[in-house]
Amino acid sequence: MAFYSEKVMNHFRNPRNVGVIEDADGVGEVGNAVCGDIMKIYLKIDDGIVSDVKFETFGCGSAIASSSMATELIRGKPLSEVLQLTNKAVAKALDGLPAHKLHCSVLAEEAVRAAVKDYYDRQGIAYDPKDFPDCGSCEGCHE
Amino acid sequence: MIYADNAATTKMSGAAINAMTACMQDIWGNPSSLYGLGQRAKEALEDARERIAVCIAASPKEITFTSGGSEADNQAIRSAALLGARKGKRHIISAAFEHHAVLHTLKKLEGEGFEVELLPVGPLGTVTADQVAEAIREDTALVTIMYANNEIGSVQPASEIGAVCRERGVLFHTDAVQAAGHLPIDVRAQNIDMLSLSAHKFHGPKGIGVLYARQRVPLTNLIEGGAQERGKRAGTENVLAIVGMAAALEESCSHMAENAAKVSALRDKLISGLSQIPHSALNGDPTNRLPGNVNFCFEGVEGESLLLLLDDRGICASSGSACTSGSLDPSHVLLAIGRPHEVAHGSLRLSLCEENTEDEIDAILKAVPEIVAYLRNMSPLWKDKVSGKRTFIL
Repeated sequence: MAFYSEKVMNHFRNPRNVGVIEDADGVGEVGNAVCGDIMKIYLKIDDGIVSDVKFETFGCGSAIASSSMATELIRGKPLSEVLQLTNKAVAKALDGLPAHKLHCSVLAEEAVRAAVKDYYDRQGIAYDPKDFPDCGSCEGCHE
Repeated sequence: MIYADNAATTKMSGAAINAMTACMQDIWGNPSSLYGLGQRAKEALEDARERIAVCIAASPKEITFTSGGSEADNQAIRSAALLGARKGKRHIISAAFEHHAVLHTLKKLEGEGFEVELLPVGPLGTVTADQVAEAIREDTALVTIMYANNEIGSVQPASEIGAVCRERGVLFHTDAVQAAGHLPIDVRAQNIDMLSLSAHKFHGPKGIGVLYARQRVPLTNLIEGGAQERGKRAGTENVLAIVGMAAALEESCSHMAENAAKVSALRDKLISGLSQIPHSALNGDPTNRLPGNVNFCFEGVEGESLLLLLDDRGICASSGSACTSGSLDPSHVLLAIGRPHEVAHGSLRLSLCEENTEDEIDAILKAVPEIVAYLRNMSPLWKDKVSGKRTFIL
């Protein structure tokens, strides 16, 4: 059996939506260099819908695949649905991740959330801070 | 496929396979049995022991067969610790960059009341004999310093450390798993009291190794049972693997100089080519290193991604990133030589052998820079460095 599912390898080898949106409406960056993974997600929002999304990731195969999959899952979706995205959904869409790699799907969820929060902040849209915890489950944080 | 992970394991040599095949067919008796079939196995076993002893200038009585390097390390350290404890000596000197077979055994001993002192290894990954001399105390039971490092290839001054230990009357063990068959070893001349080696690092089979222990250094059993290996390691001997190990070690040792010349030329070509990649750095000593070892850090990329993309191009390599170590921290060796976490995550080890070719080196030198550039291009960390938001480390 291969280390990663075919789906993970597919998204790792041919990541969807890599890049930068220069005039993004919301940008979220999570993770840190010490832990070895950083994800950055750029959102373009039109009428409350994700009209474009791009990502940049520094990290392992599953980190790149998770970011790619997360961008695919939220593209064209209203923000209310985007905020429903869970790490489990990302991992499931990738046909599963090895146990010690689930962290990568968590980062993807958090990156998406951070980008939406940034959009709300920029627009002055009110939200419940409980939906946007400062730091998630990055247990390996050394900083 | 380009196999450049010979520090992980090696392909078995024809000599080893032939010796083992013959053994499998004809010499399948139990060496402890009295009848001819058993005694032939005993002869094969003792013949292998002698030939292995010759390769490291030991005597056959000093060779104990184990399941590999890890068991040999465990048994050497436990034996020395017990010996020391009987004389009230509970201080053990080692180094921060040792293999986990050594470090984890030492950790256990700490829990049993021993005091372990891990020497720093400097930016090139070397322990000096002076450091060892300064660290030795009245109650030092053992000095255990590896012969050459498995990740960064730095060769340690085993002879000098051996001389210091002998002069001060302290046992010296060296984990020579990466060195055996690749670098000359003379346990007598180098004052080595105990040494571990593993067959699959020099084209022998997996699951077999040797613990050399100088005469009058009594071993403690890890495995109790029958009287095999002079009562020091129970269990019917793996004659098949032992015979394969002897054939592989003999062959490696008889071609050592020519192999080292060939492999180190390939290594140096690889090092000079990879050094062209901006914001990269060689890990380990640039000259005093294992003939086949190349280890680099590339800033702004993560090692596992690099390995997967190299695998897509048929290149087998390894990395010290957290994601490949299965823990949250990157390689303890890279941290020990002072690489920050961030940089250690972007490490790549290529380890060569005499079967690698110039063409393969050219293919690696084409693939690595392309993959590093590709990964950097999607790395927000790299972008931040280029834009000046973060500073370059390398």
